[in-house]
Amino acid sequence: MIAVQPALESLTILIAEDSAADRMLLSSIVRRQGHQVLTAANGAEAVEVFRLQCPQLVLMDAMMPVMDGFEAARQIKELAGETLVPIIFLTSLSESEALARCLEVGGDDFLAKPYNQVILSAKIKAMDRLRRLQATVLQQRDQIARHHEYLLNEQRVAKAVFDKVAHSGCLNASNIRYLQSPYALFNGDLLLAAFTPAGDMHVLLGDFTGHGLPAAVGAMPLAEVFYGMTAKGYGLAETLREMNAKLKRILPVDMFCCATLLCLSFQRRSVEVWNGGMPDGYLHSLATGKRTPLTARHLPLGVLSPQTFDDRTEVFPMALGDRVLLLSDGVIDTCDDGEQLFGVQRLQALFAANRQPDALFEEIEQALRDFGGVARDDVSMVEVSLLEPAQLNPPALVYSDSGQSCPLDWSVAFEFRAATLKRFNPLPYLLQLLLEVHGLRAQSGALYSVLAELYSNALEHGVLGLDSGLKRDASGFTRYYQERNARLDQLQDGYVRVHLQVTPQGEGGCLAICVEDSGKGFDVERVLERPLDPVRLSGRGVSLIRQLGRNASWSDDGRSARVEFYWKALA
Amino acid sequence: MSVVTEISADGQKLTISVKGRFDFAKHREFRDSYELPDGAMPNAVVVDLKEATYLDSSALGMLLLLRDHAGGDNSDIRVVNSSCDVKKILAISNFDKLFDIS
Repeated sequence: MIAVQPALESLTILIAEDSAADRMLLSSIVRRQGHQVLTAANGAEAVEVFRLQCPQLVLMDAMMPVMDGFEAARQIKELAGETLVPIIFLTSLSESEALARCLEVGGDDFLAKPYNQVILSAKIKAMDRLRRLQATVLQQRDQIARHHEYLLNEQRVAKAVFDKVAHSGCLNASNIRYLQSPYALFNGDLLLAAFTPAGDMHVLLGDFTGHGLPAAVGAMPLAEVFYGMTAKGYGLAETLREMNAKLKRILPVDMFCCATLLCLSFQRRSVEVWNGGMPDGYLHSLATGKRTPLTARHLPLGVLSPQTFDDRTEVFPMALGDRVLLLSDGVIDTCDDGEQLFGVQRLQALFAANRQPDALFEEIEQALRDFGGVARDDVSMVEVSLLEPAQLNPPALVYSDSGQSCPLDWSVAFEFRAATLKRFNPLPYLLQLLLEVHGLRAQSGALYSVLAELYSNALEHGVLGLDSGLKRDASGFTRYYQERNARLDQLQDGYVRVHLQVTPQGEGGCLAICVEDSGKGFDVERVLERPLDPVRLSGRGVSLIRQLGRNASWSDDGRSARVEFYWKALA
Repeated sequence: MSVVTEISADGQKLTISVKGRFDFAKHREFRDSYELPDGAMPNAVVVDLKEATYLDSSALGMLLLLRDHAGGDNSDIRVVNSSCDVKKILAISNFDKLFDIS
């Protein structure tokens, strides 16, 4: 056993005593005990010595001329501030009121005259222990404060870095409203939105397990995959597979990310949804007032291996003004004083009571404030509305190359066969290839939309033989996409061929896109007779292709589609 | 003890009972309940949530750790006696795809 008592440290002790004899006697006792001694003959002197030499302990006579010990004690305590400078009163007073006063003015103990050396030594030791304890507490408090300051600063920096990554998004688009506390990131909440090259909008609301830095760390790679793949034109399924694989690889086993992903298509007027582990979102149809729950059908991201991950999505039709509301579990789990949860029922009561769809967002916010009393920082909500494509302004893509090596005279042909059609989306590759041609960049949105329509026509109606007539109403719409997934799963043979040809024309050029499929074809005459109408649910996207491209034509009984794009000299 | 462990007489089944709030505060206890000193792992694991009042996402993470320790996709883990609220949380996260929940 090692003695815990530290070797007695030599203290500097101030002795304030008006009697010279007593002062000398006390000084010699204290010196013999190994301490440095400072002396003062009255209270005023004691305060002055204290100010100049900062003794660690004071032995103070109560009754002194000029300034008595009580006043001196008060002033010394004030000067000492947070540091504990123990004051032991030396007193021949014996009535309890006077002794009590010694402690009331800030004294820590008293010692009756005449002095008993043993007791004096014990009291000095005891007071020294208290003094050290106080010093340790102050030191630790300051350390905690420093660490806290440090942590806040780290969070500020981390958030600034993250905001740069997230900045490429379009959360400020006119059809998005959201509520998120500035430091929600450190509660694991993540909200991202970006336009695809075709002008669709991808939105992600995610919630990592845990709190603090660990929860925020996974957000960075997730955001990069989201923005990178969305900008390149990948669909939800590919983006989800990549996000899941990445998180599975980098996160520890007990960490994962609940997430809902949306793809809002303004041209097709539909929303594609994948929900893994988030609370129900809601698709609100203004015409019927109906709210369709967007329920979690999947495990969160980062749990399953890439082989077992399920990227199946659901597709719902939307009309202009319809909106999707997503929320984090912080909304439903907001507690009142009595640990009662806000709960789904209160949320649905708000839905029922809502008269102005535009006010719902504020009504939920207000209800959470009224209920919980305090604002939580893990409450995230986002509402996305379907607008006319023209009401949105997707940002122009930014290119960093000089254009000196732009290819202007070439053609290329692909044949995508069954096993490829099942899992691979060739559109991002095709688009990237085409955008090497600088003259086409200004039309990248239209180009992507047309490519996407041609490809999905060839795949869905051609290879898979699906009837677009199914999509006439909302339930048929959902059935259509279920059937699409089922048939794709079982696909054995069939192909989609894509032929691209770029030819220079003076200072500009021309792109011809030709897409063929192995399906049964369709009655071209009948479909082309329909008036141009870009907003019907069904109709093979044919009108869209004719509006966005030039000289669209179909041959081989509809199995082969051709469309052209032109560009002029670049400014 | 708010996490109680019991191993069947033949050593084949490990039962872990969690009482009260099942959240991050139980992290150490829950981990100790299945990381047995001899490194053994019984074939079957039962997590009894009869007396668990609440379950948060870090508890879900702990269940994943247990599953990983018990052999991942080859593990046999049953989560039993979940209350209505607890079941709801497990259902939102679709954990029924990984665990046998009743």
